[in-house]
Amino acid sequence: MKVIYTDSLVIGGGLAGLRVAIASKKRGFDTIVLSLMPAKRSHSAAAQGGMQASLGASVKGDGDDENVHFEDTIKGSDWGADQDVARMFVNTAPKAIRELSSWGVPWSRVRKGDRQVVINAEKVTITEKDEAHGLITARDFGGTKKWRTCYTSDGTGHTMLYAVDNKAIELDIPVHERKEAIALIHDDGACKGAIVRDLVTGELIAYVSKTTTVATGGYGRIYSVSTNAIICEGIGAAIALETGVAPLGNMEAVQFHPTAIVPVGILTTEGCRGDGGLLLDKDGYRFMPDYEPDKKELASRDVVSRRMTEHMRKGKGSPSRYGDHLWLDIRLLGKEHINKNLREVKEICEYFLGIDPVNELIPVRPTQHYSMGGVRTKSNGESPELRGLFSVGEAACWDMHGFNRLGGNSVAETVVAGMIVGEYVADYCENTSVNIETSVLEKFLKKEEDKITELLERETGENVFELKEAMQETMMTNVGIFRNGDDLQTAVDTLKDLLKRSKNICLKNKIRSSNPELVEAIRVPKMIKLAITVAYGALLRTESRGAHSREDFPERNDKEWLKRTLTYWRNESDDLPEVKYEDLDIMKMEMPPASRGYGVDNTIHHPDTEKRVAEVEEILKANPDADRHEIQNLLMPIEIPEKFRGQNERVGRGFK
Amino acid sequence: MEQEGRKLTIQILRFNPQLEGDTPRMVSYEITEAPGMTIFIALNEIREKHDSSVQFDFICRAGICGSCAMIINGTPDLACRTLTSKFKDGQIKLLPLPGFKLIGDLSVDSGTFMRHMNERIEGWIHDIKADEVDFNKLEERMDPDVAEEIYELERCVECGCCISACATKRMKDGFLGAVGFMKLARYALDPRDKRSDSDFYEIVGDDNGVFGCMSLLGCEDYCPKDLPHQTQIAYLRRKMLSVK
Ligand SMILES: Cc1cc2nc3c(=O)[nH]c(=O)nc-3n(C[C@H](O)[C@H](O)[C@H](O)COP(=O)(O)OP(=O)(O)OC[C@H]3O[C@@H](n4cnc5c(N)ncnc54)[C@H](O)[C@@H]3O)c2cc1C
Repeated sequence: MKVIYTDSLVIGGGLAGLRVAIASKKRGFDTIVLSLMPAKRSHSAAAQGGMQASLGASVKGDGDDENVHFEDTIKGSDWGADQDVARMFVNTAPKAIRELSSWGVPWSRVRKGDRQVVINAEKVTITEKDEAHGLITARDFGGTKKWRTCYTSDGTGHTMLYAVDNKAIELDIPVHERKEAIALIHDDGACKGAIVRDLVTGELIAYVSKTTTVATGGYGRIYSVSTNAIICEGIGAAIALETGVAPLGNMEAVQFHPTAIVPVGILTTEGCRGDGGLLLDKDGYRFMPDYEPDKKELASRDVVSRRMTEHMRKGKGSPSRYGDHLWLDIRLLGKEHINKNLREVKEICEYFLGIDPVNELIPVRPTQHYSMGGVRTKSNGESPELRGLFSVGEAACWDMHGFNRLGGNSVAETVVAGMIVGEYVADYCENTSVNIETSVLEKFLKKEEDKITELLERETGENVFELKEAMQETMMTNVGIFRNGDDLQTAVDTLKDLLKRSKNICLKNKIRSSNPELVEAIRVPKMIKLAITVAYGALLRTESRGAHSREDFPERNDKEWLKRTLTYWRNESDDLPEVKYEDLDIMKMEMPPASRGYGVDNTIHHPDTEKRVAEVEEILKANPDADRHEIQNLLMPIEIPEKFRGQNERVGRGFK
Repeated sequence: MEQEGRKLTIQILRFNPQLEGDTPRMVSYEITEAPGMTIFIALNEIREKHDSSVQFDFICRAGICGSCAMIINGTPDLACRTLTSKFKDGQIKLLPLPGFKLIGDLSVDSGTFMRHMNERIEGWIHDIKADEVDFNKLEERMDPDVAEEIYELERCVECGCCISACATKRMKDGFLGAVGFMKLARYALDPRDKRSDSDFYEIVGDDNGVFGCMSLLGCEDYCPKDLPHQTQIAYLRRKMLSVK
């Protein structure tokens, strides 16, 4: 039995995992990162848009601060977020971006003087202030009041990930590549490490640790088309679920982006429509004005995705070998504009579609994009039910996004959560010692070994690729942008059947070492379980909130549903998870529920909302001289590690 | 679109070093081309429908992560963004990227190589004061043009194409290679990195460094990100000569 001991085990070498590893290593703890691939190839590298932090250096960010960022985030979440966590997040984001700057990220900077920008399809000149010259600049993004999204040209995620990984190399943190965690070791209500498969040799290794941090990214690939990297299969969340002890949170909260190219699902930026691009159907007809006469193509992301789906259901999609799709038309923007301002979209079209968007239409379809759900944690990043198990990044439901996350808030979450949770991970390492009986380790290792042996020895059975495809298709068809009771029930039934069949997978390639089919056979049953938690959670949630949109229950129902879904997979033999709910306490909210500001407000309010609104008003009235920091502390005191408590400086404003 | 339904013959160099007695051989697979088919899609179809043991690496499948570099009809390139329609006779021959340890078939271990390269050049910001920075305060200013120039050099995705195309590297195992030079040039340009020219000289001032390059331009010709390798090598050379 091969056993590797460490203090802080981090599963995942994306932005979130690496930042936690840096925190625990800096505090003096032995730290190991596991990754399916070299850390720099993690999906974090694909983020292009940017990272939100309220620096307010650009003139279009004037007046921005933590409060405005907080408001945007809570509204965006449709009040589903944990407000404590969102507060910790907005207060720390400016520090995180400045830290990254000192680690080498070449953030795009403010240039003093005039520049031309396009706002509302019109050319406008703005003038950047002299005193802001050389500070980190920001661009506009959906759902934000201010220009708050900091960026590095068109490669934000790439430069962030490279800087953080290089820091990890400087600190001599080992990254064990081509290693896959396939089970968590736990005993006595505490997580003690993971069973890990070497993807080259096939060897199983027990990693034993004081803390185990799941930072494995999202679960987009339970859908047939996703903008996510193909390794975003949610295995980290699945192995947490399979402990039977740790719950997942809000798994039904899945975000779709309107314009990914068909068939490969690569994202084309919202900027195409922002600059004046149109959506057309199979007849070349511009359909969005029929649905949204006011905002047309520029309605909010979830609305556009819904309308596109509706239109395709009416048979207006363009059929292709890869299914129906619609068209994005940017021809009207002209060659010069496209070559200059949409260079990347042009390259994607050239490489992946072999077309020139200057003269041709781009085939697009709304596509799975982000997983709000994941391993449920407390605000310190630890599982509420399994000690020593932490989770950060897209894999986690730390819950600053609720039912819809804002663009730019995700890479920001990875580094901010990495900083904060990293300190709590180190605290935990400081206060515990690992003790685990060899027999317990052997039990966990043997269980995984037996499963693999069984897979390799089975003579007849199911084809794993077919099962995976069936799962992905089911999710795509029945648990998509629009949801309804019948489709969701169909999905749950189909997935239950697939889960049963996945216990009978037979491999064609019976090799124990490096074997892509075996990798699939280990993952697919886990993915089907995740898919069930999504579909079942969506079936039970009889309201619409953020990205979860029920045709049969169109209103947001705070009265009955202002709560977080928790799913547990108690026994290996179960075919459905146990579902519980955790109330969000309105009486503790800094920002009590209100309208999100899109369309008609049909919210069914909770009785506490009115009470809390009155209470907040009273607190404000009773403290007329308090500054915004004091008010915030009166409304909702939060706990945050000592080193991140300072106030943030802004140009022309100081620390106010 | 007129090419829909065309037959493609994809030849793959198959070899699994994990299997005792396995030997390298070319194996042909026939598949039907689809509109917009990339080598990523084609290889997955082969794995799912023809032979589930074929090994290859894709992650972002969007030309961003650098994991899928391989030799495609004689040329190193990113397989995920190579359309099959590019090959008029429908014949595609795939070999693993040379210069790296073979894992199996088309999968190579570029990760270990890149980690060692980064350790060797100490590819991070060197500033003894960095740990004292107060992140509550305004960040250090940077000229907007300098930030953009640094980004232009930082676009490298560590795919390894330059290493596979480097004649010097083939003859001299210890040669750093273009990926390393590009990174060093990036840090040399960055005002936040306080290393001096003589510090850089320690790293690349010899025949395994910039003075070993034979200027055959393989790196520049095959870089999928079109990075200006030769210009940067020349820049580093001039810098190093001024140290002597
Ligand atoms: C196309 C695209 C563009 C985006 N653009 C933006 C943007 O502009 N702004 C923004 O804020 N957000 C953006 N996002 C979202 C954001 O990029 C991600 O949410 C974020 O990068 C996730 O980081 P992470 O560290 O949590 O996970 P990842 O970066 O996905 O890393 C996961 C890590 O876990 C490892 N791993 C996984 N499973 C296992 C296992 N079982 N065992 C061992 N290791 C494992 C992987 O190898 C990897 O290292 C975008 C997303 C997409 C798809």
